[in-house]
Amino acid sequence: MRLQYPGSVRIVSVPCTGKVDLIHIMRAFEKGADGVYVLGCMEGECRYESGNLRARKRVDKARDLLERIGIGGERVAMYNLSSSEAPRFVAYAREMTERIKKLGPNPIKATSKKHKAAGAGAA
Amino acid sequence: MIVAKPKPVEEVIESVSGFDRILLVGCNECVTVCEAGGRKEVGVLASALRMHFMNQGRNVQIDEVTLERQCDREYLEEIRNRIDQYGAVLSLACGVGVQFMAETYFQTPVLPGVDTCFMGVTEERGLWSERCQGCGQCVLARTGGICPVSRCAKRLFNGPCGGSTRGKCELSKDLECAWQLIIDRLTELGRLDDYEELAPIKDWSTERAGGPRRVEREDVRQ
Amino acid sequence: MSDVKTPSKLEKVLASGHQAVTSECGPPRGSDAGEIRNKAEMIRDHVDAVNITDNQTSVTRLCSLASCIHLKSMGIEPVLQMVVRDRNRIALQSDILGAASFDICNILCLSGDHQAFGDNAQGQNVFDIDSMQLIQTVRRMRDEGRFLGGDEIHRPPRMFVGAAANPFADPFEIRVPRLAKKVAAGAEFIQTQCIYNLEKFEQWMAQARDRGLHEKVAILAGVTPLKSAGMAKYMKNRVPGMDVPDEVVKRMSGVAKEKQAQEGIDICVETIQRLKEVEGVRGFHVMAIEWEQKVPEIVERSGLHPRPELD
Repeated sequence: MRLQYPGSVRIVSVPCTGKVDLIHIMRAFEKGADGVYVLGCMEGECRYESGNLRARKRVDKARDLLERIGIGGERVAMYNLSSSEAPRFVAYAREMTERIKKLGPNPIKATSKKHKAAGAGAA
Repeated sequence: MIVAKPKPVEEVIESVSGFDRILLVGCNECVTVCEAGGRKEVGVLASALRMHFMNQGRNVQIDEVTLERQCDREYLEEIRNRIDQYGAVLSLACGVGVQFMAETYFQTPVLPGVDTCFMGVTEERGLWSERCQGCGQCVLARTGGICPVSRCAKRLFNGPCGGSTRGKCELSKDLECAWQLIIDRLTELGRLDDYEELAPIKDWSTERAGGPRRVEREDVRQ
Repeated sequence: MSDVKTPSKLEKVLASGHQAVTSECGPPRGSDAGEIRNKAEMIRDHVDAVNITDNQTSVTRLCSLASCIHLKSMGIEPVLQMVVRDRNRIALQSDILGAASFDICNILCLSGDHQAFGDNAQGQNVFDIDSMQLIQTVRRMRDEGRFLGGDEIHRPPRMFVGAAANPFADPFEIRVPRLAKKVAAGAEFIQTQCIYNLEKFEQWMAQARDRGLHEKVAILAGVTPLKSAGMAKYMKNRVPGMDVPDEVVKRMSGVAKEKQAQEGIDICVETIQRLKEVEGVRGFHVMAIEWEQKVPEIVERSGLHPRPELD
């Protein structure tokens, strides 16, 4: 199965989404990411019991904080899927890419010259 | 420990917005444990502030450091050689640390990044509650180890008041009635008869009422 | 009546063996003394003394002391309610002397509702001493003629000292020990929380009698006529420390809306009639909240009128 997903998505692998901390999401934006989404296992199926639930809380926190500082909370999302669901992986990548395209680039890039990669994902 | 909570980021932004070089200083003690002002929180807040100012087209330098404590001079000294580079310090320590920082660096504006709340415990992660108000004269021996000063909304010494309902305080269903807890504990300890002893009128002069306090001990003073 | 300690009419009525009747009036949220005078006027012939509440439910009102002075000037005997929420020990003792200077000779010592319930939820509270300790304070001022600080009082207050008791608040097992504590602190009369759950109240009284407390303190049973089924439900569900049994709510809801007020008064009268027979109940405290005009009817129908004339 060779499915194409948008080339603007950069994948950052982590052993479990529970490893993703608020600071990682913040730094991604600070370095110019236009959006960040976290792809975790289905809820209730975390190998470490609650890693994906913790991740969701951190994603929520990041959304809230980014909204407050004017970057935009909608640029952050969390999706859940099983490891065998390649079509869904692609669907989420497209969905997120579409969303970010509508929102436009990370506003801090308008003032800083640092144009970095357009997106970062974690799975 | 001293429990604090992060100030809303908008309030922090407003307080630091007049400065171009800001040092965020975390504290490795209580505020780290209650996840309000440790290294992690400093990192996130610094990142948020940097992005905020970048978004405004402002070039504001925001640096980070976390000290072992901000309530001891020796640790505050660690930033002496760089303090002059900054227009302001945003301290994420409790109110004690913020003040000691301000006393130590008299010419640098020092702003608070957290709201200091109380002396309390971590009931579970994300839930902290008050246990002590530092009245300067502990009464726990008489009250089954539960403090009526910090845990009764009316700090009654001969409680409970008439508002105690099903073990909860009249203020909120989420708040335990301290006197219910005291009675339960005295019962468990087989000391319920102690309940009928009238608690004497408290000497509040050792509390805040007596003015700013200090403890001076010749035995340990150098 | 050689054993009375104060000029209080309430104390005399109780000492003479009569069942006493007290009521209460809430001062206005303004400076018009006419409002408190009018309320008191409605009930003056049907009660022995009138409590004046002290910023009840923490809502700012004309002060209890000034209201008591107005009553005193009308020849009505006031009971000064005093909460420890708003005053420290200096202000409490000072106000007690102020009241004594007008020969106000009854005081009810209370904690006071938390200010979170009132119109100044952001305010500080004091709670320098608690209600139990206020009882001790007044007794010390009266009996020893001394301030808390130890200094002598010139012309000590002569006050009959009361306290509140809530037979229904939790935990129930310490309700009677708590009463005993108030008696030990020096309370001479008790006004209870509004009674709707008669069984529970009688159980409390029985326990109080077992310890002989009914002989050491005059217990006045508190009653409040319900104006409507809505009020019954509100009291049941919303008022901390209030015990309104389902039967009472049902009875109020069972009659047409326009007849509910009368039903509430009937329940109140029946309550008094039943409690009159309970050993140790030395009188009644009729709290008709913003409904003072109904007090005469309740007192008359309960067989508590006319009030004894004593001097």
